[in-house]
Parts: sequence; C-alpha cells; structure tokens
Amino acid sequence: MTAPVSAREILICSIAKLLDGSRHVAVGASSPIPAAGAMLLRALKDEMRAEKVRVSILGSVEHNFFTNGSAELFDCAGQGRIDAFFLGGGQIDGVGNINLVGVGDYPRSSVRWPGSFGSAYLYFVVPRVILFREEHTPRVFVDRVDFISAPGVSEPGVYRTGGPYALLTGKGLFSFDRTRPGFRLESVHPGHSLKEIKEATGFEFDHNDDLSITPTPDAATLKLLRGRVLDELHETYPDFAAQMRREISAGATSA
Amino acid sequence: MHTDLEALARQIEPGMRIALPVDYAGVSMAMTRPIIDHGASDLDLVCVPTGGLQVDMLVGAGLVRSVETSAVSLGEAGGAPRFNQAVRDGSIGLRDATCPAIHAGLMAAQKGSPFTAMRGLIGTDILKNRDDWRVIDNPFAQSGDPIVLIPAIHPDIAIFHAPMADRFGNVWIGRRRELAAMAYASKMTFVTVERIVDESLLASETLAAGTLPALYVSEIAVAPRGAWPYGLWGEYQTDTAELLRYAKAARTAEGFAAYMSGAVTEPAQ
Repeated sequence: MTAPVSAREILICSIAKLLDGSRHVAVGASSPIPAAGAMLLRALKDEMRAEKVRVSILGSVEHNFFTNGSAELFDCAGQGRIDAFFLGGGQIDGVGNINLVGVGDYPRSSVRWPGSFGSAYLYFVVPRVILFREEHTPRVFVDRVDFISAPGVSEPGVYRTGGPYALLTGKGLFSFDRTRPGFRLESVHPGHSLKEIKEATGFEFDHNDDLSITPTPDAATLKLLRGRVLDELHETYPDFAAQMRREISAGATSA
Repeated sequence: MHTDLEALARQIEPGMRIALPVDYAGVSMAMTRPIIDHGASDLDLVCVPTGGLQVDMLVGAGLVRSVETSAVSLGEAGGAPRFNQAVRDGSIGLRDATCPAIHAGLMAAQKGSPFTAMRGLIGTDILKNRDDWRVIDNPFAQSGDPIVLIPAIHPDIAIFHAPMADRFGNVWIGRRRELAAMAYASKMTFVTVERIVDESLLASETLAAGTLPALYVSEIAVAPRGAWPYGLWGEYQTDTAELLRYAKAARTAEGFAAYMSGAVTEPAQ
C-alpha cells in the first residue's frame, strides 16, 4: 500500500507550486522543507522536459554552485539573478514585516533570536520571497513586530524589486497584496479550519467565504517527492530525509 | 611564520577588533582556548557574516565588549546561550547588521575606499540602530533615490582555519572567498591549518586560484582538526553531538564554566 500523504508532503508540494515559473531558486540554511520544495519543482520540470530550474541550497556541496564565498548569494540576488527565496521570522505581522532579532525592547531583548541574516537585503531584491513558518500561533503572527528586520513594503521612491509573495504555515496558505498591504488566506490545509486560523493569527487578513482546501499531490508528484527529491535532500539534510522515509514506510504498513 | 597557538593569542591586545568567520567557512576553534587563557578583553568582534560557538565562548568568558553580526546561533544545536544571556543583561554592545552589509564593509576596506553603497536596509530597525551607517540620495539618479552607505570595516586581526598552507606562507582557502575578504581588510591575519605542504600552492594553476597569498597572512600555526567541533569543508563533518553538549551545559554561567574547565575541549583523535 502507498502511505497516505503527510502534512509535510503537502507543504513541500505547495512550495513547489508557489515556485513555478522561477528559473533560479535559492534556499537558506536550516530549511529542509523549502529545499525539498525547490528540488521537487526542479524534478517536475525535468520530467516535463521544460526549462531547467537552478537550485542553490546553502549548506549543500552538490546543490550549490557558488564559488565566491558567502557574499555571492547576495551579489547574485542584487544582480536580479535569484527569482525566489525563503524567509521566516520569530514574528511576522499583517503588513509583511518580519522580525528575526527578538522580543521586547531592542537591544535588551527578553528573548533573543539569532539575528536578521540576509533578510534586510534579500526581501528588497528577490521578486518572490516566500514566508515560511510551520508554527502558526498568535505569538508568531502578531499585530506589530517588535523589531523590523525587513519591512513588508517600502515607501514610494525606495529601490525595491522584491518582497513577500506568499505566506505558508502549518495551517494554511496566504497570498500577499502589496497595494493594500496585507495577506489573503488562499487555502486551508486538510484537517484545519478558518476559525482555527483566525484564532491563531494576531492580525486581520482577507479571505473568500468558501475557502478551498490546500490540494494534496497527485501520484506522479508524490512518487518524485518520495524518490528523487528525498535522495537529493539526503546530502544536506540526512536526519530530515531519513525521518520522512521512516514515516512513509510506517504509513505504508499501516495503510 | 610557523608558530604555536599560545604565541598567536599573545598578540591579541585589549580593545582590538577581531574578525571571525561563519561556522561553515573554517572557524579556528583551536585558537579559542588560547585566546581565553591569554585573557585580552574589551574585544570588538566582527562576525563574517554570522557567529556561532567561538563567539559564544568568547562572550561567556567575558572578553567581549561588542559584537557586530548578522546573527549568532549554534545552528542545529539552537540559540547561542552565553550571547543571548549577555544580550538580556545588556553586558555587550550590539551592532546588528545584515550579511551583505558586513561583506560591503569588508569590500570597502579591500578596495581602500571609505565606504560601499548598498541596496535594501531602508525602513528596517537595523538601520535605525546603526549610527555609523548613512543614507544619502544617489547622486547619479534623475530623481530621489535613497541608498545606504556602509563604512569600511578594518579589523585588527582576522582569525580562521583552513585545510593547508605551504612552507612559503600561502594558504589554501578553496571557494571560501570570505576568508580572503577578511584577510584583505585586516591589519593582521592568523591562520591555523590541518597541515603544511612542501610544494608551493602557487605552483599549480588549479590550487593557485583558491590560494590566499602569503602577503595577506601574518601567522600560521598547525592545528589538526582545528575547527572541531565544527566541520571543515572537504575534510571532516561537524560534531553536532558536541555542539548539543555545549548548548545544554552553557545555559547557565556555572554550566559554561564547568564545560570550559572540563577535560574534553579537544577532539578525540
């Protein structure tokens, strides 16, 4: 029996869909689900014999062609050569501001997170930034972030070729409207509800009255994900790939 | 040129600005203990462009006055416990940055220029908290175009670890070009290496492209497995279990002290 589709697999497939049309996708460190999504898009395009997708996975040797040190990712983005990237946030607010620095009054944050990394640049110059945060709670999705590592939108006249494109959480998928600005709930993942998402979100968002359910992948996509993509992912994220494989084989026996 | 780690550490003076590399580029963890034993304090650390275990240990040992960085963490092992505590206590100065701004500052120093202009940053609280950065109107634009200027970063010493050097003081850095950027910008550069080879690295076209010439290298010391518990590209993997052991111990000042005084501060050979 084929194992049922897991919540993580739905996230990975959702990411591959959001990335469709990108020629070069870069993925930051400690991001196994975005990396898998980018690899799945590449594999799907290869199957269709469509234009190849370049994927740059930080922390990988095989799936990373940069030779100019850690500055090259940013230079590449500044030149407009990166179409999509992923950012998260300890806090994300309703106008797309992200906070990777900490809670409370800076600089003496009561909770300190690692720091802004490249967000204060990449959010401005990568056209399709996908905000990805599995934890969907009011402490993450706040009305107003305590520290702006990178702003969702900029004043007119500020050079900006990039910004938030979508927000994917463990409960749902949102699009971002730069003109409003704000998020719009596009679909709810299987097993979750609008009511639950409203309670877990500290900001207002738009949505249709009849919400769609985030689609589950078809058999061909699932086969690619469980085969080629997990093989490729193993080099950078061995523990994550092994855990997904265990879940799949456990699901197959109990199904 | 070839010297021991303690002799290198003795050249660090209180108040110096020290550049340290990101955890995957080649961190000279072997230098951490000698630096702490030497005890020069009020150091201003520049993380290129982020910091990890070494930064956390130097902060925990009370040697650090300020940290300029885009992030500090132990990666898979979680947050940096002594750094985070120092932030809560307000006992270190913070110069939060973003990765390309650190690269921009080093690039300016590399060119001998006073600053580099860079995109992004406008509207962030990072910029708001950096009184050493400036926003100007792009003088080449037809209409208003604000852009940020990052001043040159001139560290006193850059310290990193690499797989090999040759007898002539050239160091092989492969594709880790941020190590070269650190060296170009710094007054002195101390490098620990896994081994020293006899033949000049500049004799082979293949190796020469990834070689930092001796001109930019002040001191070299041999330290086998000198990045441990971090990994070294092409050589060995990160010892995540050891990072986790540190992360757990260093949650408290007492646990940190116990870890640092413990017998296991060197890799099992």
